[in-house]
Amino acid sequence: MFNKIHLFVRASFAMSLIVVLGNLSGCASDAEIAAANGEQGSAAGSATGGEGSGQGASSTGIAIDSRWAGRPIAEILNDSSTLLSQRVFYFGYDSSTIDTADREALTEHAEFLTSHPELTVTIEGHADERGSREYNLALGERRAKGVERLLSLLGAPKSQQQVVSFGEERPTALGHDESAWRFNRRVELLYSGY
Amino acid sequence: MMKFQKLFVLLLTVTPLLLPSALQARLNIEITGGVEGGIPIAIVPFGWEGEGLAPEQIGGIVQNDLARSGQFTPLTADQMIATPSTGKMIDFALWRQTGIDNIVVGRLQPQGGDQYILQFQLFDIHRAKQLSGYSIPTSLNKLRQTAHQISDIIYEQLTGNRGAFTTRITYVMVDSSEQQRSYRLAVADSDGFNEQIILSSKESLMSPSWSHDGKRLAYVSFEGGHSQIFVQQLADGHREMVADYKGLNSAPSWSPDGKQLALTLSKDGNAEIYILNLATKKLVRVTRSHAIDTEAAWSPDGKSLVFTSDRSGKPQLYRISLERGQPKGRAKRLTFEGGYNARATFSPDGKKIAMIHLDGGGYRIAVMEIASGNLQVLTDTTLDESPSFAANGSMIIYATDVGGRGVLSAVSADGRAHQRLQLNEGDVREPAWSPYLQ
Repeated sequence: MFNKIHLFVRASFAMSLIVVLGNLSGCASDAEIAAANGEQGSAAGSATGGEGSGQGASSTGIAIDSRWAGRPIAEILNDSSTLLSQRVFYFGYDSSTIDTADREALTEHAEFLTSHPELTVTIEGHADERGSREYNLALGERRAKGVERLLSLLGAPKSQQQVVSFGEERPTALGHDESAWRFNRRVELLYSGY
Repeated sequence: MMKFQKLFVLLLTVTPLLLPSALQARLNIEITGGVEGGIPIAIVPFGWEGEGLAPEQIGGIVQNDLARSGQFTPLTADQMIATPSTGKMIDFALWRQTGIDNIVVGRLQPQGGDQYILQFQLFDIHRAKQLSGYSIPTSLNKLRQTAHQISDIIYEQLTGNRGAFTTRITYVMVDSSEQQRSYRLAVADSDGFNEQIILSSKESLMSPSWSHDGKRLAYVSFEGGHSQIFVQQLADGHREMVADYKGLNSAPSWSPDGKQLALTLSKDGNAEIYILNLATKKLVRVTRSHAIDTEAAWSPDGKSLVFTSDRSGKPQLYRISLERGQPKGRAKRLTFEGGYNARATFSPDGKKIAMIHLDGGGYRIAVMEIASGNLQVLTDTTLDESPSFAANGSMIIYATDVGGRGVLSAVSADGRAHQRLQLNEGDVREPAWSPYLQ
């Protein structure tokens, strides 16, 4: 029914491999990170795993371990000098496209999850208050699932990730204009227990 | 895994209740536009034949009902040139000078204990002819209800359409004054009185939906840390969780026969619409797309669902036919005007749908005639949500934001009359108007 446009972009590092799924209307705000169905997701995932995180792990695995080894999880997560301290990611209006600038931090989260199999993360999707509450609940889920897909593409096991959407039910900013709305269109990563 | 659990116990975060609020009439109604141009009518303050003060101002209740409909312009108290309480006491020659067409008189008679008889008569002033008159036995706690029945009778007599003043509304109140927000699902008369809190929760409650017999509500609760769908009996407060799948469990909408719920689940990947048979718990999948498909509304004839989908890039309304509980054919797009149309709800005659429509800078309530596709925007606010028709199709209640607070508003289906229902403090949202109650 829908034509899928797969756009593989290979940038300077393999981690930025993205799959954009659009539809016939070609509306940019509709583009989703990663494929919407399992086959495409896992195919892209294995490509990333083989060329990206696979190589990365072999060349930087020791560095990663030494970076986090022996430190309490809470201390690592609360170290504001690291990318892991970014656990909120913002979105455009009616969009579930992950900002390119957030890829680096999400890559770090994916590696952190991979190297800490005992950890689980809840990926919470949220929306701003405009329009329908029910549509926003679905939109929040699509944002969270987009982050889940990217983390999985980057090698984080799905078993460590859980998606939940609160739609517009839990705003962090309480105003009724864009100055508040931009903070409410978000995905939050919550490491369970931390 | 799916669980069907009957919850007859009080959960820690949720309290099903069936108690009147400590304070009655928490919702204040203010008519904010459109009182001119209705049928002029005199609702004379009703006589009281007991001692002390009358237990209710019946004439005032009827007057407010008729004024809120936008179809009547009742005389104000200072325009009342006389105060007859029976037909014999009316000086028709005197009332003819006012130029108004109709007059309602009545009286309340105590019958001992909490019993009363409420009499009223409706007259055509020019012909000095009684159009309607009843003597209704009632009791103290049913006085307001009986007054609304009188409003229904007058409305039908003079407009030819059935009144809906005896119907009820449900809505969600949000109290953010404490550290932790609290949510209360309430049911009240259509004028905001006789409010009952049927559920309290520390987590969000949304999308209450009336069964067509008016006896049950389906709603979405986040008490379990994620969305789940419950069905609650209004008579005894018993409730049952009917959907707790992985992912979304939302947007319940009753089939006209009360046996099925259309709902939104994402257990198979993304938000899709399903039909749940409440007796067998069997699910039928209705939509298949990579887009968001949600908030289905059942047509009154049961033969189709209208839902929101962004399969074309932006949220728009689509209609899919049903045959023997199964989807038939492809969904057809219904809305083409505006970049955002969502949360459809059918008028009771099935000929129109109300929706949230993005119009210039605002999310407004619009009504579309399905056959012609003609769309009329009814409001000029910017954050309107959750439209719901009154049982007679004459009014649409919806939620909006006024001065940073969530309030309910109602607008006549022609867009002329407006009223606002708000709390003294806190937000109110997610209104749904009941069908006719037996």
